[in-house]
Amino acid sequence: MPLKRTGLQTIELPLRPAVCASAAFVGKKEGEGPLGALFDHVAQDELYGQDTFELAEKRLYLDAIRKAILKGGLKPENVQFLLGGDLLNQIITASFSARELGIPFIGLYGACSTMAESLCLGGMLLDGEHASTVVCAASSHFCTAERQYRYPLEFGAQRPPTAQWTVTGAGAAVLSLAPSVPPQAHVVRVCMGRVVDLGVTDANNMGAAMAPAAADTLLALMADTHTRPADYDLIVTGDLGQVGRDLLLQLMREQRMPLEERLHRDCGLMIYDRERQDAHAGGSGCGCSASVLCASLLPALQRGELRRIIFMATGALMSVTSSQQGETIPGIAHAVVLESPKP
Amino acid sequence: MDKQRVHTNPQHYSWLTEQLSPPSPLGAGLGRAFWVGGLICVLGQAIADAGVHWLDMNARAASSLTSITLVFLTALLTGVGVFDKLGKYAGAGSFVPITGFANAMVSPALEFRREGLVLGLGAKLFSIAGPVLVYGIGASVLVGMIYALFFH
Repeated sequence: MPLKRTGLQTIELPLRPAVCASAAFVGKKEGEGPLGALFDHVAQDELYGQDTFELAEKRLYLDAIRKAILKGGLKPENVQFLLGGDLLNQIITASFSARELGIPFIGLYGACSTMAESLCLGGMLLDGEHASTVVCAASSHFCTAERQYRYPLEFGAQRPPTAQWTVTGAGAAVLSLAPSVPPQAHVVRVCMGRVVDLGVTDANNMGAAMAPAAADTLLALMADTHTRPADYDLIVTGDLGQVGRDLLLQLMREQRMPLEERLHRDCGLMIYDRERQDAHAGGSGCGCSASVLCASLLPALQRGELRRIIFMATGALMSVTSSQQGETIPGIAHAVVLESPKP
Repeated sequence: MDKQRVHTNPQHYSWLTEQLSPPSPLGAGLGRAFWVGGLICVLGQAIADAGVHWLDMNARAASSLTSITLVFLTALLTGVGVFDKLGKYAGAGSFVPITGFANAMVSPALEFRREGLVLGLGAKLFSIAGPVLVYGIGASVLVGMIYALFFH
């Protein structure tokens, strides 16, 4: 029996599952950024009408999923799997949201790569005909991430220029084999990444920790499919930030598979105006790539402005404990090839 | 599977990372720390002098008055969400005076209040200031013992 695989790491999805609808809910700072007008909703304060930041993040997550399902002309009972995760310990945002939705739930943790990870797995579930409709979602919240990974909010610490700003936001995409609305894009193949570690220990420079994983997955996809970066309209990484982006471009040059600057975008650099919004090296967090994908990239594919892109979200797989014990930061990147429904 | 697809080594990558990571602006940071820290110290001196001249205090009482006032002011500014911005601007300039200690105590108290008075606020209150206290008091005990044994 022929496997639906190409090369070492790439998985073909010949049924071309459709992304039929998506939604992005974000916080105030993201709403004030260059993509502000594209989001479905901008919450006006960090608590979003809730008692705690954790509940606020859960509400963003739930609202994005419900909106995406609604835009897809569906109801939660039509969805057979919810795949998703977030950055909090035991991925409570995703599982507590699943508790309210009643959709069979596959909880994922890929740090900031979670949105791409869920799209990869969701696409495979559909292409294997184990489901006809799934929802993929990911979120992060500046205040919940800060208190879990770093310092209390009111503590007056300085951040180095390499640090990134965790995005407050959630993105959800509905994938379907038989969409009842015009699709936004098709998932044609996915490439699941390996864990790569080149010895970065600085938790304030996660772009540097993740760039080697991004290069590894991109090189795998290029080799497996016999393509080059120029065969795509854009190659979009998740949250490498300025330092990670520079390192990725340098690594690709050194590997003799140059990635031209004009072909590369990074969601972490798209979501904020770094000079005006004090975001240092750029945005980060699961919600960064998820909300940029759902608010900006998928609609551009739907309109036909982009024909074929690689969406590759990267994650830094460390914990507070591993950092305190002096361990290096392993990185991962998963890639999804998305094509426009326009011919 | 080719284990190393990205053909580079950690030494080269570490060098590359250093080249491409912008450094913290040292000169500007020092300047800001100097003037803000200096201003806080001037304020402290003013409080102490005011205690001596107007409130008829001795030097010891005036110094306590200074600490208490600065700690109170920092706690207030932390509570209303201003001190973190000052800390971000001035760095050690806002931290080396006693103001840093007050901020390190009040900010976790605010942050972890939602996890309850005992397991949240109580348990996390010293999460930032704790190490400073442990090693500060530890060092003073050690120095005190050396002084008592050899110089007294």
